[in-house]
Order: sequence, then structure tokens, then C-alpha cells
Amino acid sequence: MHNRGSNKISSRIAQIRLVSSHPEVYEPCDDSFALVDALLADRSNLLEHRPTLCMEVGCGSGYVIASLALMLGEEVPGVQYIATDTNPNAVEVTRETLKAHGVHAELINTDIASGLEKRLAGLIDVMVVNPPYVPTPEDEVGRVGIASAWAGGENGRRVIDKIFPIADKLLSDRGWLYMVTLTTNNPSQICLQMREKGYASRIIVQRSTEEESLHIIKFWRDFGIKPDAKENVTVNKTAPARVLDTLLSQVHRLSLKKSGNSNSS
Amino acid sequence: MKLLTHNMLSSNIKGVTNGFPLLIEVEKVIEKPVDFNPDFLKNMFLKVDWKALVDASRSLGYAELPEETPESSAIDSDDFLRKFHHALLELHLEEGALVCPETERKFPVTKGIPNMLLHEDEV
Repeated sequence: MHNRGSNKISSRIAQIRLVSSHPEVYEPCDDSFALVDALLADRSNLLEHRPTLCMEVGCGSGYVIASLALMLGEEVPGVQYIATDTNPNAVEVTRETLKAHGVHAELINTDIASGLEKRLAGLIDVMVVNPPYVPTPEDEVGRVGIASAWAGGENGRRVIDKIFPIADKLLSDRGWLYMVTLTTNNPSQICLQMREKGYASRIIVQRSTEEESLHIIKFWRDFGIKPDAKENVTVNKTAPARVLDTLLSQVHRLSLKKSGNSNSS
Repeated sequence: MKLLTHNMLSSNIKGVTNGFPLLIEVEKVIEKPVDFNPDFLKNMFLKVDWKALVDASRSLGYAELPEETPESSAIDSDDFLRKFHHALLELHLEEGALVCPETERKFPVTKGIPNMLLHEDEV
């Protein structure tokens, strides 16, 4: 298991012990860690990129946006961070997590970017998304509460497909999008569809279990020029915890829990 | 909620054509220092709706921004940039509401977080 937030890592990320929690909010999981690892892997590119506005859609516990703010931190001064979540408990938990880490992001309780789309169009330089990607029955998508963190409808694509056109609108010309997907979501098809919209893509991190693979994909607008030429794909071996098992254990935990917060270690 | 965010928010209610800017109902304002970064400010200066920013900062109790939209040369003035910086990034609406200018529907702001979730009939 990674030693998350240890002093050995040269750039800081969020520490689990400082991440706030709530029974209705998705706790940091393998997918969250993989996304942060992808951002870390791409950190030198991000620093060189000097983003102005960075945004997370679906901030959950705040683990990812806090990590992004910490890893860019002092080396990219003058970045502003924005994060949204449709779950009011999640934005509150994120607020606490950010505060515990001494970083700030503007938080909005809204569905994806509703209310921001008109004015923020073309302004986001970095967007990160760990969407609800688990295949579920359609009627489980968008329900109030923690299930909205994973319920992705058919092939787990319902919310992902809703996010892409919004991301396309919000991203600047030099905007980068990092998204978490499962093999079930058909990432090759996603990349093809994005290519038709003018985006190049690259898998930055791939994490496989016996059952599934997580693919953290980076998208950027391709005007015929690739922003970074280096190949940088890392393939990690089987994670100790199975992705779907950890998700299911959160469901199980929720049903056992009567009240009060769960304390992350 | 910083005024940068306010400047980026518009009413998302179905059918509303004039949803920007949202009016502000103030209950609690706080000030949080932010490192002064001229590059960021010069970047944002082109994108900010000036009138919305001036009106919003006044409703938060800060009257130092000029009413008329400044010329682009204004960003060469340190004094101007510092006022712009203060209004855009250091004033926070902690508690209050954002009000749709067309429907008067209130979007509550709690602990600095605006709630833009719509009811079923507004989507």
C-alpha cells in the first residue's frame, strides 16, 4: 500500500488523516488515489503549463482537489481552484478537508457546472473528474445521496457522457482534462469520440485488478500540435484492494451505519 | 464565495434569459488575505464583467473600485491592481444569498458555498 502523504514524496498531496468524512460522502478510494497519482506523474507538465483556473467536478471528500492544490502549491502561484459537487454533504466535507490542509478552493453545490457554464466557458485550464462510472440500472443514476458518487447507468457512461460536452465548453484552448474511467466504460470509444471533437488523449495511469482496470485519461485540444511529446504510461500491478470490492464495501458500510461520521485512518 | 466566483455564476433556472449577474443578499462578509499575483489579475481582467464586480463589491461594503470600466492600461497601475485583487479574491460572502435578477429566486450561500441546485420544476 502506498505511504500516502509521507515525507518521502517530494510534492505534497492530501493526507488521509486530514480528509474529512460523512456517511453520505464517497471516501477516497483506489480511483481517487489513481487520479492523484496521474496528476503527480504529470506534475512537471502541469507546473510548466502554469494554469490559471483549475476545476474539479464531483469533489466528494475533497481528497483530489486538495491534493492538486498542494502539489501545484507554491510553484504555481496565483492559481484559483474551483470544485463542484451535487451532494451538499460533499461540498461541506470538501470545505473541511481543504481547511485541514491549509488550501483553498471555491466550492459550489451544483450539478456538474450548472450556473457556471455561461461565464466560465473557455476559462478552465485544468479539469479533473472522478465521475460515477459504475454500471448500474438507469434509475439509480442521479439519486440524492452517496450512490450518486458511483451510479453510472448503462456501461457506467450516463454521467460521463453528460460531463464531456460541458468540459468541452469550459476548457480553454490549452485546457487539459483528466478523467477516471473503467474498462467497462469503453475508454477507446471515449477517446475516439473525443478525437472527433478535436481532443488528443493519453492514458497516464492504468491500474488493474483481476476484474477491472482503471484508466486515468488525459485529454487536450489537438490543433495538430501535441503539448507534451514524452510517453509517460505507468502500468501498476494488482492493487491490494479490488476496485469494485472497495466500492461495494462502501455501500455495505452505509447500510450498517446508523448515524455519525466514519473516521478515516 | 469570492467575487471571482460570483462573477462566473448566473441563474441556471430554465427559461431565464437575463440571469447575470446575480444580486447579493449579505448576511456575513469576511476578508481572507490572498497572495498578490499580478499575472493572474491581468489574465482575469479581460474576462471579468466589470459592472458586476463593482456592484458586488459595493454590496459587500467595498467601494474602492471605479464605476467606469477601466482602460486596459489600468492593469499597469499597481494601485489599481491591488484594489482589483482585494475585490476579486479577498472579499468573501460567507452567509447570505444570490438572487436571480429575473425570477427573484434565492440561491442560499452557507459557509461560503453557494447552493445552485435547482428544484424539479426549475430544470
